[in-house]
Amino acid sequence: MARGRPEIDIDRCKGCALCTEACPQKILEMSIETNNQGNSYSQCIDESKCTACTMCAVQCPDSAIQIYRIVQEAK
Amino acid sequence: MSKTVLMKGNEALAEAAIRAGCTHYFGYPITPQNEIPAYMAKEMPGRGGCFLQAESEVAAINMVFGASGAGARTMTSTSSPGMSLKQEGLSYLAGAELPCVVVNMMRGGPGLGGIAGSQADYFQATRGGGNGDYRSIVLAPGNVQELADLTVDAFELADKYRMVVTILGDGYLGQMSEPVILPEPKVNPPAKPWAVSGNKGRKPNQVMSLRLTPEDYLEKHNIHLQELYSNVEDKEPRAEQFLCDDAEFIIVSYGTSSRIVRKAVKQLREEGIKVGLFRPITLWPYPMKELNELSKKVQKVLTVEMSAGQMLEDVKVAVNGLAEVDFYGRLGGAVPESAEIINIIKGYR
Amino acid sequence: MEEKLVYTKPESLTEGKTHYCPGCGHGIIHKLIAEIMDEMDIREETIVVAPVGCSVLIYNYLNADGIESAHGRAPAVATGVKRVHPDKIVISYQGDGDLLAIGTGETIHAANRGENITVIFVNNAIYGMTGGQMAPTTMPDQITKTTPYGRDVADVGYPIRACEMINTLAAPVYIERTSIHDVKNIRKTKKAIKKALTNQKEGKGYSFVEVLSTCPTNWGVNPVTAAKWVETAMMPYYPLGVFREEKEKV
Repeated sequence: MARGRPEIDIDRCKGCALCTEACPQKILEMSIETNNQGNSYSQCIDESKCTACTMCAVQCPDSAIQIYRIVQEAK
Repeated sequence: MSKTVLMKGNEALAEAAIRAGCTHYFGYPITPQNEIPAYMAKEMPGRGGCFLQAESEVAAINMVFGASGAGARTMTSTSSPGMSLKQEGLSYLAGAELPCVVVNMMRGGPGLGGIAGSQADYFQATRGGGNGDYRSIVLAPGNVQELADLTVDAFELADKYRMVVTILGDGYLGQMSEPVILPEPKVNPPAKPWAVSGNKGRKPNQVMSLRLTPEDYLEKHNIHLQELYSNVEDKEPRAEQFLCDDAEFIIVSYGTSSRIVRKAVKQLREEGIKVGLFRPITLWPYPMKELNELSKKVQKVLTVEMSAGQMLEDVKVAVNGLAEVDFYGRLGGAVPESAEIINIIKGYR
Repeated sequence: MEEKLVYTKPESLTEGKTHYCPGCGHGIIHKLIAEIMDEMDIREETIVVAPVGCSVLIYNYLNADGIESAHGRAPAVATGVKRVHPDKIVISYQGDGDLLAIGTGETIHAANRGENITVIFVNNAIYGMTGGQMAPTTMPDQITKTTPYGRDVADVGYPIRACEMINTLAAPVYIERTSIHDVKNIRKTKKAIKKALTNQKEGKGYSFVEVLSTCPTNWGVNPVTAAKWVETAMMPYYPLGVFREEKEKV
């Protein structure tokens, strides 16, 4: 059950791949496609596993990742 | 009420700077200007200013860069070898268009040289030893009163044009004591909205000389600087003409040399020889037009300086072939003799 | 189900992309400074002094007043600025050459005077801007453009440890070395810089934070490998930690 999701600005991403190492869930991978700068970009391959730990965003040198945390509605 | 006091040149300059609104002084000890930092160290704390002895002349000029960039009236002082160290900083100040006053009390060179006064930094001051196409205003006091008065002018000119203003004195002027009426200027520095001061209520300011793209940016900036310098060349040249009106020969000299020339001129006049002293007070912008006009009326122009012939080159440009240009100089801090000057002029007849 | 934005680009970082290489540590450190400027609400009272090096354009990336300095002279420029505006936050941000080669004199003396400024030293063991020459912090045997056969300590000496050197002076109030090679250490770096800026805000004195950083391009490796190299090659020589932390103004 997803607890959050990363929103990645693919044109801001420089393809350094540091986020893929940082993610404890290992749900970030570099794309095969390229962005408008000609480099691969980071993409989340399984949002259901995201815990909104923000580690990928903290690691990112280019502020290319925003993190949303899912706020559960009270039942 | 202004009264006359007896003061050492270096100290009169420092006192005038404080009165002119200098709030931040950064310097490093070097003979023959050590009275300036000593005076500032004693006076600044009690008068709301900042004195800081920097770790080197390089550090001092960069502290000036910071204080000027932050909007303050700031200055440093040194002597010839220290002025060499400051060249990088002067280029950066010019590129960033930061106002400041830099004092060089010249001594003999090259290298470590000597500690007596000399005039061998004329090229360094007026041609600029730092990199790039830039100019700084150069003022040449001829006595202790001018050391004080021109210091006040220096701060005004620096702020008016956002330029480095160099006060080019020498060891003799700095060390001599003369009567002086200390200036009491109205201190009203212009607003400096471009300075770094925290960007509350405005967009951030950037003080820098780096402009990476040649055509788009750096060339435009240089064209702007050249227009600024043209404007200064139009408006600010200054010179004194002493007994030049009917002169057949004129002697061009500045600073300490000019004092000896003045004595020689007076003596020659007593003997009926029509000679005058043309004394530039701004070395940049050099009073080209004024000297050129004067050259039309005279037979010969003698240049006297304590160097191997540096101002001589500007004299030749100004005279532009209208009269014969001759030169008498002493080197390494040796002082020209009025007897020698008198002989040379007598030899022209 | 609603979602809340919990991590985004700080306000004090400008919008555009930086010119830094992929994986460069500068991007991370600039971001941390910007986050702290937001959190401490000091954006409008901060003046950043830029060095000469890759981060020469830092004033384009931080949303605050910026002033350039000649190579190595940033602590002197910062001194000039701070003496004019003692109530503003003045940050001197410098690399290896700026702080430990050409600027050694200015570095030591601003620290020795205890100027109430914050110096952030980005140590990536190489000269990045000029294409990868030896720095005073280059490791023994490390290959650079000016040590193509590896740094020969018999010829050019050993790397310099900045924190340890500054720790010999009486005036500094806070000296720490951190790293940005992984998230745990990035968070520690943020704490350190925040402590340093808080010290300045409280008028405590001179603070120095050395951050071990990466230069993938000039080290000739990819960013992920570069981050690992900080841990394996740099940290044993440059130990992380607090060297000094005075509680009161010295």
